[in-house]
Amino acid sequence: MTRCGARKAGGRQWMDRENRIPTRMGDGEMVHMTRSEIRADLEAGTAAAARRAKVPPLTEEELEHLLDIYGSPARFTGVDIGTEVVLSYDGSGMKTIASRRQDLQIYEQWFGADTIELHHVDYSFKPVKAIVPFEAQEMHEVLLRVVAPVQYGAQPNLGLYSRPDGPVPNWAELLPLGRIAEARAAQEEAIPMAVKDMVYVCESMYEAGADGVDFDTSAAAGDADFLATLQAVEEVRRRCPEMGIEVGMSGEFVLGMHGEVEHDGVRLAGLWPREQMKLVARAGATIFGPVVNVNAGKSCAWNIARACTIVKPCAEEATIPIHMNVGMGVGAVCMTKYPPVDAVSRASRACVDILKVDGL
Amino acid sequence: MTRGMRLPQAKAHVADKLGVSPPDLSDPVIMNEVREKLGFGRITTFEISHPTQPVAIEAKFNIADVLGVPVNSVRRFAARTAKGGSST
Repeated sequence: MTRCGARKAGGRQWMDRENRIPTRMGDGEMVHMTRSEIRADLEAGTAAAARRAKVPPLTEEELEHLLDIYGSPARFTGVDIGTEVVLSYDGSGMKTIASRRQDLQIYEQWFGADTIELHHVDYSFKPVKAIVPFEAQEMHEVLLRVVAPVQYGAQPNLGLYSRPDGPVPNWAELLPLGRIAEARAAQEEAIPMAVKDMVYVCESMYEAGADGVDFDTSAAAGDADFLATLQAVEEVRRRCPEMGIEVGMSGEFVLGMHGEVEHDGVRLAGLWPREQMKLVARAGATIFGPVVNVNAGKSCAWNIARACTIVKPCAEEATIPIHMNVGMGVGAVCMTKYPPVDAVSRASRACVDILKVDGL
Repeated sequence: MTRGMRLPQAKAHVADKLGVSPPDLSDPVIMNEVREKLGFGRITTFEISHPTQPVAIEAKFNIADVLGVPVNSVRRFAARTAKGGSST
């Protein structure tokens, strides 16, 4: 691999037999690798995922296809004509250019977004609770001005219910002290508070006319966070039968910050995307967004092989649409503020071609 | 997004309702004509204006009607503006 200039070994410059192809590392750095090196990274990525998530590795045919995608020097790549998927967006409409309303119109009219998402910059349900009338009014106004379906997005963010931001003891402080029972009790105390806030916000948006809600970055605070999300989804489905409900994850693996909480008889700690999807679908969600985190020290080729391997069983068994998270630091897109289009388009195409996802 | 329908089934449903093939749904040339004909709303700029055609919430009434799917904002609009009117 050449990061800059010619490759050297032992102070002696090599004469490469293969052409070097510009490609990316997980941190966004442009490097030059041979087709053989890219192939080796793809094999290592799928092997690492198979070992870690206990799922089958990608097939020879799938690895060859990924090699075609990542072994190309093209700036941009795309799916075959006719196999386009739905692009749902978190983070659209946040006064990037103009007002939130105008930003959403720009996403629809200029960017061709298939769905758009209103949200508050704080992006968690708890702070939104206090300003719901204003947010719902904005949703109402937006819906009059756009054609694309509009979601309201926010994070469950169970951590906000612990001190100093919330009323319950901080389990992240208790756990390192070995006060496990207290840490678990604190999380259990926070769950109903979070559920109540999420249901309140979602129902308010539904009454304003929203097409859907997006529980974004779910399980960020671990298994209790995921449980709160699932309970909220069940209640929102009961109260808002025609509402679209998207659950996007925060990581590939549900962290066991509590370790014992269950939903529907399933222990949540340690769940991988396939099992996450099953619970999310059973709870009543209509879209699931799996996440696979990026290893910034590995190439994008390594990361895409790993991501596809982990999510493939989920996509194959899905009963609801799968919208893979493909963005900064997830889904084999570089961990950088300005993801290069070469990396984004390769990851997007790979997810569609290999996983047959319904959207991104 | 409200039906939980996977993409191949969703594309087939919409294409059938619109009288096109599933690949046509992502063809901007074909869909520009389809959207104009059915009043689904199109991109508007200073240079490309169609002031007599449906936009925004107006277009969503037509989409809900043609696709046969309930659209929350359309139902709310109907209820808030003309009770007893269309509740598509």
